[in-house]
Amino acid sequence: MGKKTIIPFGPQHPVLPEPVHLDLVIEDETVLEAIPSIGFIHRGLEKLVETKDYTQMVYVIERICGICSFGHGWGYCAAVEGAMNVEIPKRAEYLRTILHELSRLHSHLLWLGLLADAFGFESLFQHCWRVRETILDILEKTTGGRVIFSICQVGGMRKDIDDKTLKDIVAILNGIKAEIKELTDVFLEDDSVKNRMCGVGVLSKEDAEELCAVGPVARGSGVVQDLRMTNDHGVYGELDFEPMIEEAGDCYARCKVRIREVFQSIELIEKAVDKIPAGDVSVEVKGNVDGEFATRIEQPRGEAFYYAKGADSKFLKRMRVRTPTNMNIPALVKTLQGCDLADVPILVLTIDPCISCTER
Amino acid sequence: MSYIAKSPWVVHYDGSSCNGCDIEVLACLTPMYDVERFGIINTGNPKHADVFLVTGSVNEQNKDVVKQIYEQMPEPKVVVAVGICACSAGIFRECYNIMGGVDTVIPVDVYVPGCAARPEAIIDGVVKGLAVLQEKRDNMVKAVEDESVEPIEEENQDAAEAGEAEEKKEEAEEEGGKQK
Repeated sequence: MGKKTIIPFGPQHPVLPEPVHLDLVIEDETVLEAIPSIGFIHRGLEKLVETKDYTQMVYVIERICGICSFGHGWGYCAAVEGAMNVEIPKRAEYLRTILHELSRLHSHLLWLGLLADAFGFESLFQHCWRVRETILDILEKTTGGRVIFSICQVGGMRKDIDDKTLKDIVAILNGIKAEIKELTDVFLEDDSVKNRMCGVGVLSKEDAEELCAVGPVARGSGVVQDLRMTNDHGVYGELDFEPMIEEAGDCYARCKVRIREVFQSIELIEKAVDKIPAGDVSVEVKGNVDGEFATRIEQPRGEAFYYAKGADSKFLKRMRVRTPTNMNIPALVKTLQGCDLADVPILVLTIDPCISCTER
Repeated sequence: MSYIAKSPWVVHYDGSSCNGCDIEVLACLTPMYDVERFGIINTGNPKHADVFLVTGSVNEQNKDVVKQIYEQMPEPKVVVAVGICACSAGIFRECYNIMGGVDTVIPVDVYVPGCAARPEAIIDGVVKGLAVLQEKRDNMVKAVEDESVEPIEEENQDAAEAGEAEEKKEEAEEEGGKQK
């Protein structure tokens, strides 16, 4: 038995694209405890509701996070629309669903690349990001931005995507399906990859429920929890949505959930494009925000919560966002206990941490 | 600049950015843009790096981290502020926990505007930074060769750099304005 040592991990660390700090208490090579500390990228943007009116706030909220930016914009708009009792056109709901699934595709491919990088498979990382550029091209073509779109507005969508473009998108996605399959097969079949992930960082179903894990982390542990089942947002109820569940609870299961979701997103987009009705994409919104409303969105990383409260003025009184990584950090700390020091980067990555979401 | 004499290595730190610029910095390294073919490597170790890419603005919590990374880098070094948050704090300027752009803490050589900065813009910014790096290297060589030249005081150099940076910032802002 060795002596207890504390190893600092982060905030600037090669495996972390974002700053988070963990104090790892280790004995020999085994981590006994991980103590997270955050706050490196806290901006305090919820406070900006006092100086920016509710239509300007969309652009701030979208910049909570550059990866799931569309979902944040949608969640905020949905909360304000709820508070103002605005019914948005059906076509706008469909477009939001399609763009949200495209965001999920690019987010999951990005994550797969980072995971490959974390276990030292550099070429796989590069290939994941190469395929991801196709999705970014679609997003740029339809919305005008690669990572921040600003296409959601209170009352619907800023612009329409015509039917021909939507059909082209489906054709492009079906075209890259084989390429994605080739990459994901490496994650799921390759022995050296499986050695790093199978049985590593097991989170039991009970722990996942008790620690309130959300998104792919919860689903990888067998918890049936996906907001897209509830039809709270978007048109998932009309697309025969089924959540992707894996029982094992290890890194491999969390990876498999996300890989299955990549293919599911392509299917959902295809179904949505088939069913999308014609019509307007936005309604005019006038007046002040009064009342309050809370809504939830299933982000690529899990459940995100949005709350807006008006005070009969152009400015909201309070805006609150609760993001998925925030809920997954207790689960991460739990899985880190007893793992090998060399597995820490993979474990940190399998919750798909988004620190700028967490700290805002 | 006709050619690059050395392969510059880059260290990247996320100040308080929204991730948008960070994933674009990473996108520069991946096959679509692939700056690695020029020998540019994203290293995690500040002591290996020539170019410091900072995204996002600085706050009380991370200003020391940014300073430490900068101080650990060997001379000559270049700082590239990527994205409008790193240049001037951008949309988060009024937030209570934001001190301002990166130049409030360390001298910045090149400002890359954009929200999020596009990979093309980031690559362009780094290339501009390489010219600055070459200039700094030449000055160091000259200072060693020509012994009559007094070594520049640390503070004066920083002040000179900050002055230079101010000019470039204006240029960058003009450029940004034109793009809009």
